[in-house]
Amino acid sequence: MKRFLPYMAVVSARYRMLLQYRAAAFAGLVTQCFWGAIRLMIVAAFYAASAPAQPMSLLEVVAYIWLGQAFFGMLPWNIDEEFAQKVRDGSVAYDLLRPVDLYAFWYSHTLAYRTAPTTLRAIPLGCLAMLVLPRLGLAEWALGAPPSWVSGVLFSVSLIGAAALSTAITMLTNISLLWTISAAGMDRIMPAVVTVFAGMVIPLPLFPDWVQPFLRLQPFRGLVDVPFRIYSGNIPPTVALLEIVSQGVWVGCLVWLGRVLLARGTRKLVVQGG
Amino acid sequence: MAQILVENLTKTFRVAKRQAGLWGAVTGLVHRTYHDIPALAGIDFTIEESELVGYIGPNGAGKSTTVKILSGILVPTAGRCEVNGVTPWTNRLQHVQSIGVVFGQRTQLWWDLPVIESFEVLRAIYRIPAAVFRKNSARLIERLQLQDFLDIPVRQLSLGQRMRSDLAAALLHGPRLLFLDEPTIGLDAVSKLAVRDFIKMLNRDDGVTVILTTHDMDDIEALCQRVMVIGGGKIVSDGSLAALRATVSHERRLIVDLVNAQEVIEEPAARMVERHGRRVELAFDPREVSPAQLISRIAAKHAIQDLFVEHPPIERIIADLYAKHGELEA
Repeated sequence: MKRFLPYMAVVSARYRMLLQYRAAAFAGLVTQCFWGAIRLMIVAAFYAASAPAQPMSLLEVVAYIWLGQAFFGMLPWNIDEEFAQKVRDGSVAYDLLRPVDLYAFWYSHTLAYRTAPTTLRAIPLGCLAMLVLPRLGLAEWALGAPPSWVSGVLFSVSLIGAAALSTAITMLTNISLLWTISAAGMDRIMPAVVTVFAGMVIPLPLFPDWVQPFLRLQPFRGLVDVPFRIYSGNIPPTVALLEIVSQGVWVGCLVWLGRVLLARGTRKLVVQGG
Repeated sequence: MAQILVENLTKTFRVAKRQAGLWGAVTGLVHRTYHDIPALAGIDFTIEESELVGYIGPNGAGKSTTVKILSGILVPTAGRCEVNGVTPWTNRLQHVQSIGVVFGQRTQLWWDLPVIESFEVLRAIYRIPAAVFRKNSARLIERLQLQDFLDIPVRQLSLGQRMRSDLAAALLHGPRLLFLDEPTIGLDAVSKLAVRDFIKMLNRDDGVTVILTTHDMDDIEALCQRVMVIGGGKIVSDGSLAALRATVSHERRLIVDLVNAQEVIEEPAARMVERHGRRVELAFDPREVSPAQLISRIAAKHAIQDLFVEHPPIERIIADLYAKHGELEA
């Protein structure tokens, strides 16, 4: 436990900082609700117009969309601004003055960055979609409970997996800054790639059959597709375990890759100067 | 054994040369030419435990490069360097536990957190045992008088308060060696004195070795027994402040306020440097004429209101030294 002390302190310090931004959280909440409503209407129109049976029921899609809106901020769609700032002004080298593992140190920072603001948004949005909508007579558009407690527990586990995965991907984009300096390029590419391949734009099962094998083999689906379909029961508990393991494997691979790249980047840094 | 041992330390930065103009930018994409910039051209020195050393030099002379190498965040091109018997860049984790670093230009505190919470994070990062942390932090808070703003986020502190907090932050884990990179930059007079007093006390009472880089010669004059001057990547002078003065010039100044502004001082052993109304500034070499002799000779001939002798300002000495080594022309 003592080994992890520095990293836990970093996570908690950054949580305290990030939880100060309440206005941003409120603005985010309004945006996510608005987008959620639009996406529901599009999907509803699509389901009403198509005759053949879809791989997901409308109820499952509704849950998928609300969860997607709630956890939108957790997607690895941008670079950690604090890291970008440190690379720009050269102070990233000064983190080498700390007696800590640099990757783990930054991973902790980024983990807080990915999850703290999201927590602020996900809880009110979840309450809204789950408790308020039914009272407004919109029960069919509300976020239902998972079909069983097993699905609920597995969902929680895979949500943690998704946070770990998202942080590992954000770390890779962070580390790319050690070569590119500017975050502009990554910040444009990532939202497009991530939202499509994670299943945020259209749930992945609704893609054509011929792309399914490819979609199954990429890491981004562990961010959205896996946890949210486990929640609604679209992925049954027996398969869910396997999916969670594959999330874990992806986290392992990406963390390893991140470590290799960071080691190279810092070597350049300590040779060439900040 | 010396606490810091530096031998033939060399650092060369390799920089891509850019051609001017659009065509230059295009060719730069295909073929790059590099040139090497020597930041350190083989420096040697040793520093003993409990020394307080001033490390000065013009901008770009290699000060920061040296401090970065000593603190382990930059790897030299060649040469040997040991701090507490450890090579900084190969044993990074062990090394950084035993040093403290303050960069005047940037803070190591968490911008949005109260000072005390930053200290708590550092306690975890350095794995400082609770009892040691309590003792060290209480002592630092008292000495640096931080108690009034411990609960205020760092971004709301004045520069002087922030610098004092930064000093405390660098010392929480009780390092025996402290690097200070321009710790008084931008501070007002009161804060400067507070910082200097603290550094002096830390060095004298606790025996912490301090290496101080600065452009403020008053820092050097107030604090350092030993001054190293770096210019063009080489150590050009290393010794006491008095020795440094002697290497450049023995000249001293005699400033005389005459009663009568019309009088002219004719004195073969002294050279007139400046005259503002009744104030006359004379330069003389104490090896040729002692200050007492000179004063009595002038006093015999002129009515004097006030007079005093001073060293040429240290800025002057340093500027002469830099010029002597061609640093400013380079």
